[in-house]
Amino acid sequence: MIRVRGLTKRFGARAVLEEVDVHFRSGAVTALLGPNGAGKTTLLKCVLGLVRPSEGDVLVEGEPIDPDGSYRHGIGYMPQLPNFPPHMTGLELARMLDDLRDFRGRPDEELIEALDLRAELGEPFRTLSGGTRQKVNAALAFRYRAPILILDEPTAGLDPVASLALKAGVRACRTEGRTVVVTSHNLGDLQTIADHVVFLHEGRVRYDGSLGDLLATTRRSTLQEAIADLMRGSDATSRRETGRDTNEADPERRHLEVVR
Amino acid sequence: MSDRSVSTGVKILGYQVRDLARSRALGGYALALALATWGLVHFGGGTARALPSLATLVVLVVPLVSLLVTTSFVHHGGDFIELLLSHPVGRRPLFLGMYLGLALPLGAAFLAGVLIPLGASGALSTHANGVATVALAGALLTAVFTSLGFVIALRATDPARAMGAALLVWLAAAVLYDGAVLLAAYRWAAYPLETPMLVLMALNPVDVARVLVVMALDASAMMGYTGAIFQDFFGGAVGRALAIACLCAWTIVPAWVAMRDFQRKDF
Repeated sequence: MIRVRGLTKRFGARAVLEEVDVHFRSGAVTALLGPNGAGKTTLLKCVLGLVRPSEGDVLVEGEPIDPDGSYRHGIGYMPQLPNFPPHMTGLELARMLDDLRDFRGRPDEELIEALDLRAELGEPFRTLSGGTRQKVNAALAFRYRAPILILDEPTAGLDPVASLALKAGVRACRTEGRTVVVTSHNLGDLQTIADHVVFLHEGRVRYDGSLGDLLATTRRSTLQEAIADLMRGSDATSRRETGRDTNEADPERRHLEVVR
Repeated sequence: MSDRSVSTGVKILGYQVRDLARSRALGGYALALALATWGLVHFGGGTARALPSLATLVVLVVPLVSLLVTTSFVHHGGDFIELLLSHPVGRRPLFLGMYLGLALPLGAAFLAGVLIPLGASGALSTHANGVATVALAGALLTAVFTSLGFVIALRATDPARAMGAALLVWLAAAVLYDGAVLLAAYRWAAYPLETPMLVLMALNPVDVARVLVVMALDASAMMGYTGAIFQDFFGGAVGRALAIACLCAWTIVPAWVAMRDFQRKDF
């Protein structure tokens, strides 16, 4: 379980996140959504300790995150870009990470089997395709059976078979009661796995609730349509907040602007 | 640092050394140095005449290579650093592992490139002091400019700017600084300048390394102006110890600044 309280992050004078309060629950898959530049990756990086918040705090399993990073034993992270050292093989990288984590248990290799990755793990990354590197990236995130799984654009570059295997892995994590946070622009994929939606726009949380509630409130059948409505509503709110809106939003759209 | 941090730093150092050992760039650096050293010894009129030329080459090339390799490593490895930091790895041990994992292989490549041809020519026994001093100066310059490279790479977020800044630092330290000092000495020739010159010398690690070599080789012809003054004041063991201490400070202070930057950096 991850709780984010009053989180603000500024880069210079520009606020990328503003007073974000979010709760990523155990036993649920949370889709963290928003347009490009909304602050999704920055929020995840704050949780991982890669970015230092300007204000506010992050609690992981009820404890404030520690600067030495030992809380990250409980997190499996799949970064957006699988840029690994070109000379290294997947197997060497996995062993290196096992070693750095002092991991002595039996690693979760179900995804390796499902993605049929055994042979490629022995090849240097420079010889692998982008899609195969992304599969290795996914397999490493699942490897430690961590109670928290953070996946940043996990299905980008994956073929349909691999994408299905990954989604099956995510569902299994939910069944086991783990906390899963996923960002993706592939909303069709997310609709099939997400229980909860957090929508960020210009660094602020514009929606935080269940997927079912979102679809019901927006009277839409797909996550894609519902998010498009949220984006239009958030744009209108932003225009009004910055004084750029000369035409008051109509009542039909206005109820979507901030749904909390 | 806790035992776990030390252990993590040592592991990262080991992995990085293994990874760099497979890199062609490092082998190419050692080979180029070896060819240059061999050429100087065989076509430069013997070891005694080759060593001052080799020292000049070392004080120019080693800072440049160390700066460029370090800034390039930090920028190209940014995503991998992020990946490692998403695991239970502290920033301080990661930095120390990376720093030593870069400085030690660079230093080893330099030593191999210089010492193997000199050893083959018999210079290790005939000119032991000179060879040892050139080796020491090159190794210390590697450490100094690896530290400076980390500072540049961590402060300049854009890779092109980092490379540009690295080249500027090299140009300033290896070429422009002595010219500026010479101009200042000429401009204020009527004043007693010894003490200010010594301070100015200590402010440039390339000059300090030059002095270290000159004091061992007695080859003031290859020196800049500031180096000559340094030799006058501190010839012998005291000067040597002071130069080494100065280069150690030039290694430690920027490395400390870089580590502090690394601990505060947003990835």
